[in-house]
Amino acid sequence: MNAIRTYFRDIFHAIKTLLTGMRVTGYYFSHARKEIITQQYPENRDTLKMFDRFRGIVTLEHDENNEHACTGCSACEIACPNGTIEIVSDRVEDPETGKKKKIIDKFIYHYSMCTLCNLCIISCPTDAIKMDPSFEYSTFDRKDLTMILNKPGSQIRKDVK
Amino acid sequence: MTEEVETKDAIKTQEYFVNMGPQHPSTHGVLRLMLELDGEIIKRVIPHIGYIHRSIEKMSEKDSYRQIVHLTDRMDYLSNHMNNEAVCLLVENALEVEVSDRVKVIRTIMSELTRLSSHQLWWGVMGMDLGALTTFLYAFRDREMINDIFEETCGARLTVNYNVPGGVMFDIHPNFQKRVKDFIKHFKTKLPEYDRLLSDNVIFRQRTEGVGILSKEDAISYGVTGPTGRASGFSNDTRKHKPYSAYDRVEFKEILMDKGDTFSRYKSRILEMWESISIIEQLIDNIPEGEIQSPAVKQVIKLPAGEYYQSVETARGELGVYVVSDGQKSPYRLKFRSPGFSNLFVLDHMVRGYKIADLVAMMSTIDLVIPDIDR
Ligand code: SF4
Ligand code: SF4
Repeated sequence: MNAIRTYFRDIFHAIKTLLTGMRVTGYYFSHARKEIITQQYPENRDTLKMFDRFRGIVTLEHDENNEHACTGCSACEIACPNGTIEIVSDRVEDPETGKKKKIIDKFIYHYSMCTLCNLCIISCPTDAIKMDPSFEYSTFDRKDLTMILNKPGSQIRKDVK
Repeated sequence: MTEEVETKDAIKTQEYFVNMGPQHPSTHGVLRLMLELDGEIIKRVIPHIGYIHRSIEKMSEKDSYRQIVHLTDRMDYLSNHMNNEAVCLLVENALEVEVSDRVKVIRTIMSELTRLSSHQLWWGVMGMDLGALTTFLYAFRDREMINDIFEETCGARLTVNYNVPGGVMFDIHPNFQKRVKDFIKHFKTKLPEYDRLLSDNVIFRQRTEGVGILSKEDAISYGVTGPTGRASGFSNDTRKHKPYSAYDRVEFKEILMDKGDTFSRYKSRILEMWESISIIEQLIDNIPEGEIQSPAVKQVIKLPAGEYYQSVETARGELGVYVVSDGQKSPYRLKFRSPGFSNLFVLDHMVRGYKIADLVAMMSTIDLVIPDIDR
């Protein structure tokens, strides 16, 4: 007798727990519009705004006069754990003072080797490089991921020491 | 009648090997398990690792201490903050630098958020391993809020690299406190749902209760830490025993269970989530002011020659970092004691005599992250 009672009690208990679980799913089924967190990604491209600090790619900031703040000091190159950055610099004579000065020739950035760790950004003494939140950089050719960050003809800003 | 019995006896069974993995959805990564089977009964499990070895320890020998931190994100990627913190704490202790209270509290909140997000993911995947797909979606819904918090303050969702030796990389975002509070409020209503959906479910209970029992003695002798060990009654919480950061100023319980079966391991993580919530609640409203990076840590870090060890409690157990320094910019040798490695090798002991489906359930409750094991 007892065994039969236990048997049925177990069955009822089982059905009850299953219904409790199904009530949760049922709730979300009937409130399907609530708490939607998924985004329709390629469609919402125009309105999609990443967080300011989001690390997408390293950029060298240029102002409207095509000038940047990179002195070619190579601090970022040293800070980078992956050899992602290569600074090729020249020494040129400053026409005003006559002293030799270092300027960058090429700021080579291998995006394919970058782990977006932000160490280069925090090591730059002149805040010349920044993280940009853009992220759509997939390509068919790995060569496209090696970029030269200083724009052609760009110069160092005058006030940067 | 007699004939049938004879034929039954005459059937000879043969033991055979089956490879589970390296690509298998319930090994949660590239882990290969060689199963020695008799029918469906498991006789032995031989884990084969090395499919995702990146030699992080060796790479660390050429990197500076600042650079090592970002590699640790890539070990146990679900405990990224704690991994970062382990290296940073080691460097700070070796240099005898005290970080400000603000940094300590931020680090603790971040670690607990990470623990929550890791346990959420584990819960979703655990349900999925046992055939309940919905849990995965619910867990990811809640986890997304934590990822947003990380993305806003740290700049990345998974490989955050937020801790630096001597502090944290940036100050917290102005929205941080509000977002964390919103999340806590939201998650407090959702966590009971987790119980209703899975913990009380009769099918789930029958597949987990009394299965895969790990005794306290075995847990200790295999060095099983984290919720997995605590479910067997092995008190091993680094946060309690060797408090670091702000864990000495918050109140929380170390969740200890005594059964040591699959369900206890499951339940201990659910209860741990409540503890994490309470830790965050205690800290979030009073983040003290202070500098976010200690000026005592120079740009080029050289540890004095010697040996150093630091352990932290990740979502999976005790992560230890052991460094031998010869006074140079990079360590002479660096070794990680990862929790997943010890926890994986208890699987063979646990699973003998059970069926393959039980193995999946046990593996879920051990909560393996393969890059943590392989490094
Ligand atoms: S970007 Fe900054 S750190 Fe790098 S070379 Fe230029 S000035 Fe130096
Ligand atoms: S983000 Fe890190 S990996 Fe990328 S260039 Fe900067 S330092 Fe190197």
